[in-house]
Amino acid sequence: MLFLAEGIVGQKMTVGESQEPLLRMVGITKRFPGVVANDHVDLELYQGEVLALLGENGAGKSTLMNVLNGLYRADEGSIYVRGERVGIRSPRDAYELGIGMVHQNFMLVETMTVAENVVLGLRDLSFRLDLGGVKRRLQELGEQYGLKVDPDAYIWQLSVGEQQRVEILKLLYRDVDVLILDEPTAVLTPQEVDDLVEVLRRVIGDGKAAVFITHKLREVMKFADRVTVLRDGKNVATRLTRETSPDALARLMVGREVLFRVEKTACEPGDAVLEVDSLRALDDKGLPALRGVSLTVRAGEIVGIAGVAGNGQRELAEVITGLRQAMGGEVYVSQERMTNCRPLRAIRSGVAHIPEDRIGMGLVGDMSVAENLALKAYRDSAFSRGPVLHPEGMRRFAEELIDGFAIVTPRAETRVKFLSGGNLQKTILARELTACEGLLVAVHPTRGLDVGATEAVRAQLLEERDRGTAVLLISEDLDELLEVADRIAVMFEGQIVGTRKTDDAGRDEIGLMMAGDGMEKEGMAT
Amino acid sequence: MRIVFEKRERVSHTVRVLVPVISLVFALVFGAVLLLFSGVSPGAAYAAMARGAFGSSRALAETFVKAIPLMLTGLAVAVAFRMLFWNIGAEGQLAMGGLTAAGVALFASEGLPSWSVLPITILAGTLAGALWAAIPAALRAYLGVNEVITTLMMNYVAILLVSHMYHGPWRDPAGYGFPGTARLPETAWLPRLYGRAHLGLFFAVVAAVVLWFVLQRTKWGFELRIVGENPEAARYIGIDIPRLMLVAMLVSGGLAGLAGVCEVTGVMRRLQQGLTVGHGYTAIIVAWLAQLNPWAVLLVGFLLAGLLVGGDQIQMAMGLPAAVGLVLQGALLFPMLGGALFTEYRLRIVRTATEDFRTPEETGLEEAGS
Ligand SMILES: Nc1ncnc2c1ncn2[C@@H]1O[C@H](COP(=O)(O)OP(=O)(O)OP(=O)(O)O)[C@@H](O)[C@H]1O
Ligand SMILES: [Mg+2]
Repeated sequence: MLFLAEGIVGQKMTVGESQEPLLRMVGITKRFPGVVANDHVDLELYQGEVLALLGENGAGKSTLMNVLNGLYRADEGSIYVRGERVGIRSPRDAYELGIGMVHQNFMLVETMTVAENVVLGLRDLSFRLDLGGVKRRLQELGEQYGLKVDPDAYIWQLSVGEQQRVEILKLLYRDVDVLILDEPTAVLTPQEVDDLVEVLRRVIGDGKAAVFITHKLREVMKFADRVTVLRDGKNVATRLTRETSPDALARLMVGREVLFRVEKTACEPGDAVLEVDSLRALDDKGLPALRGVSLTVRAGEIVGIAGVAGNGQRELAEVITGLRQAMGGEVYVSQERMTNCRPLRAIRSGVAHIPEDRIGMGLVGDMSVAENLALKAYRDSAFSRGPVLHPEGMRRFAEELIDGFAIVTPRAETRVKFLSGGNLQKTILARELTACEGLLVAVHPTRGLDVGATEAVRAQLLEERDRGTAVLLISEDLDELLEVADRIAVMFEGQIVGTRKTDDAGRDEIGLMMAGDGMEKEGMAT
Repeated sequence: MRIVFEKRERVSHTVRVLVPVISLVFALVFGAVLLLFSGVSPGAAYAAMARGAFGSSRALAETFVKAIPLMLTGLAVAVAFRMLFWNIGAEGQLAMGGLTAAGVALFASEGLPSWSVLPITILAGTLAGALWAAIPAALRAYLGVNEVITTLMMNYVAILLVSHMYHGPWRDPAGYGFPGTARLPETAWLPRLYGRAHLGLFFAVVAAVVLWFVLQRTKWGFELRIVGENPEAARYIGIDIPRLMLVAMLVSGGLAGLAGVCEVTGVMRRLQQGLTVGHGYTAIIVAWLAQLNPWAVLLVGFLLAGLLVGGDQIQMAMGLPAAVGLVLQGALLFPMLGGALFTEYRLRIVRTATEDFRTPEETGLEEAGS
């Protein structure tokens, strides 16, 4: 056990070719209308290892794992578990074989408690639910693996990180041997990522194995034993992490040399575009989320908001864009008072918003990519004559954006919900950057994007800035803020606890402020 | 081995067409079994039904008479449901439309140029339906009051109001005490096309065409679809949901009101018992079966009317108790409503994981149960 546990820490374990793989996928092919999402993909997973699955947006990672999990059925290929060929036709079959998955978008019932969610869908439940037993078992598991969650808490009361713990507990409760985690770290804070690694370490130490999808090469290097790279639905390579490097992996993923830095020139700020003064607002639960936030963003400047999730960042973006009521304070955009204006007014005055919740707010899943791209522009005269829409104009517009932003979709008419996670985000970006005139509020704009796309987005943000747009960039990724922001304001418990010019900002100092240290409560220097 | 009920990965055109057809066949078989139990030959009963509904031009005309209010209220419900406003109140809106039409025609038409009486009557009734619907719409849009309850309760108010008017204040003094108003002046009669089938058919078709166009091709229809699919996204892109809801409900209520106007001015030509016989509720079934598509509402409305008229006919033609006709109608509707589920979902027979490792091609179980 100890030896296996080391797989994830310093010394990487050796995966002997002689050892029988716990799981083997051979020649998996999955086609969707217009795309081959997986093209004869092979994958092996050994006991006691963490396998990272790497690839660009739309490379077919989620699809492959959904096949393994029984959500999709492969058109070709076979799956072997402990050497025996199996047919996995539903997530339930997968559970029976000891395979469980945490999806990119969680699948919990918000209005139920943790314990209820865990037993949901279990087949061999007795008629009378013994929730007490369930809770005891959850407590045990929680202690064993370091996954502390209150079994009686309702899902809606939990943070994203806690919800993820519930998803993992659900799998452990079902006693799976193979955990599939689809981009688990995309929504986590650095601290939560460390916690997750700790959990995985214990799980693997128990003789289980995990497949883990991520776009962050640093994470791959840090806690995967092996890495399998997909490109355009095909296997490109499988490597031991200790024998490879982030650069090499990036090259494998993209198929060419990638540059990791975006060019950033000095900023030349103009007049103040966004002015926020002593803003106060409540969160969804009615608790104070903003307690007197003041800040200024000038034309041609990117101001980053750093902070651990849940310190009021989301609420700040929503109040500025008119989606949430301010309980006090003022918002001005280009000298015009916009406090508690309707969302349409904000849009009309050129405020663009990349929302945190892509699927819930940013897109309409059952409408086409083209329609989603036109969600704001349909009001323009280019798309309509009077009240009548002009489908041809809409299609041309969509095709331009699909080209310009390299959105991977079979057709412009494809329903947007069939796009891969990264391409969903690109769709929103394309729409918002086109609609933007004056102010861009971007909330986690690169979450879930692959390396190439992340760099492209960052370059686009800088380009917007150089065009004279004021950008408010809310991000949990400190590297991102240090890379593109001109100034960084740190939010903690609904207040801005400090502002630094990016050039003189120390990583550590900002990290400390994010944790609430060194509260100095200064106004934003302009 | 077990049977699972799962969501289809995608809904093909074939499925969309095939599911209703199979449901219909299933419904007919189910009905036949029931008929056999009541000692009636299903063949003869279905033949009598078809004859009663579509067998002669007279029968067809009666079917249309029944279809017109179903089509109009079906469209009304479809518009509301499209934006997730659960308008259960088409019945009440229809009642208010009929009531207002009768009132205007009876008491306010004197002195008006005769050509203008009918248009004014129609307009007034339509407007009444729209306003009746605007009340729950405003309550929901601005105060968040659940519309299912308000629309349903307002039905009772409207139905009782209508009944009160023709039993009491508006009762025809020369009517030998029968409940009902006097006959409407002829200037307020909706022209009939054949038998009792009237111009309302034209209104229904025009309404469907206009609705289809508006929903598919206008900004307003686009917004309605967005709200229906994802209200949170609608808010985010700046759609004024309360206002849109109000407008959609004015249209919905107006259509239902128009149905009432047509009943009063085209069929009964007075206000009396028989205006509120549940069209507004059947409309929900129509809209649902038609998957909220205006064209399909016309078709479903017509077929359902045939079922209702034909069902009534078999009691008379075959001397059956009235209940058998009703049971048969229910038996036929039920599988069709249930069948609609299979457009989105499917049943699949599977063997447990380790027993069965064959790929779909090998087993051919792929589409079982659609
Ligand atoms: N249900 C579906 N119907 C149609 N196409 C689909 C469906 N699911 C995925 N696809 C397509 O298959 C391809 C692979 O998608 P997948 O979600 O597996 O990518 P991914 O590697 O997980 O990407 P990301 O990193 O962006 O999440 C994409 O082109 C996507 O549009
Ligand atoms: Mg994915």
